[in-house]
Amino acid sequence: MHVRIWGCRGSIAAPGPETIRYGGNTSCVEVRGDDGEVIVLDAGTGARPLGERLMSEHEPALRVDLLLTHLHVDHLEGLGMFAPIWAPETELHIWGPPSPVASLDERIATYFSPPLFPVHLTEVPARVSFHDAPREPWTIGSITVSAHPILHPGATVGYRLESEDRTLAYVTDHEPALGTDLDAVDTSWISGYALAHHADLLIHDCQYTVEEYASHVGWGHPSVAHVAAFARRAEVGRLVMFHHHPGHSDDQLDAMRGDVLSGWSVDPARCIVAAEGAEIEV
Amino acid sequence: MATQAAQHHLVLILARDFASRLATPVFLVDVRGTVIYFNEAAERVLGRRFIEGAGMEADEWGALFAPSDDDGNPIELTNTPLGVAITERRPDHRMLWIHSTDGVERRIEATAFPLFAHEDECLGAIAIFWETPEDAER
Repeated sequence: MHVRIWGCRGSIAAPGPETIRYGGNTSCVEVRGDDGEVIVLDAGTGARPLGERLMSEHEPALRVDLLLTHLHVDHLEGLGMFAPIWAPETELHIWGPPSPVASLDERIATYFSPPLFPVHLTEVPARVSFHDAPREPWTIGSITVSAHPILHPGATVGYRLESEDRTLAYVTDHEPALGTDLDAVDTSWISGYALAHHADLLIHDCQYTVEEYASHVGWGHPSVAHVAAFARRAEVGRLVMFHHHPGHSDDQLDAMRGDVLSGWSVDPARCIVAAEGAEIEV
Repeated sequence: MATQAAQHHLVLILARDFASRLATPVFLVDVRGTVIYFNEAAERVLGRRFIEGAGMEADEWGALFAPSDDDGNPIELTNTPLGVAITERRPDHRMLWIHSTDGVERRIEATAFPLFAHEDECLGAIAIFWETPEDAER
């Protein structure tokens, strides 16, 4: 699997000179399978440049599987500007967390409809299918996908993508330490653990410093110390710090990487700060 | 392809966290009735520490706590609130006596309900209980 990051900012886009190295677009990650599958993880503002790239590469038909972790706006706001959705030849499969309240398309249309967006979701030209993320693993081409609910306000899932003997875990917007001592509790009681366990690459929310977390308990995001503990307990290969706080500058993110490494004593090359445009082979 | 590690469903993780913060006794079982958690307040009533009771199957804890009614008649496990919640997938409430493992017979009032992650996905059941105010001896 080949990973390219198109957006790694959390909460709201944060362009500007302070974020130029790691980028300001919100969550969007492209995964290419060994057989050419196109999987997109979340549709934050990074989905706009990704869509343009996809349209320039694929003529005429294109199948895209979009895996949404949840429907908070920073993970969905790029969908309307995702070029393939405006092409009738596109086959777009949107997967997301099930909800007992409303269907996935109804919930997405809450945002993707007037007055918040000029066009209703049902009016886009692409052939769009909506799927509740199944409870059991399913396949997209050569990739086996698992979705598990994770700790974040509202229905939210993380994803585990397996291809041959390689595993990618995408666990963003996740507060695994809420009510739990990650170092002490049995791993079976850690939210997201099964998704991340022994993953070759873990892309994980890393929104807060330890000091910031103290005043944001229950907001659905971890501190750097929690991320270090989670990576350690899950015994992952490499960690990608993701979902950067919009107020964190590039220099602050570098410092947070040092904080993660102080709690996860590994070869520093195994701890990566997500950056727009970064490409990683899993 | 790596085998996925065992992990409890998020609903159970949250239920355990909720229970661990309550001063009211709480007993949590999985969909087969196997004990997956009870809190410190429950430990005091049951006379057993969680670390000693984790993993007990339904028949085992049913025999251990020997639920009975006010007349001393045994109550089938399936007729206890937790038993009803698991087998009939509905809430239940009743008074009953239990034999705590510290040797004390205790009259408790228990409410149990099944835990559904989805309408068709029952993960287990949770019982909240407390000693009745009269705390009578049989």
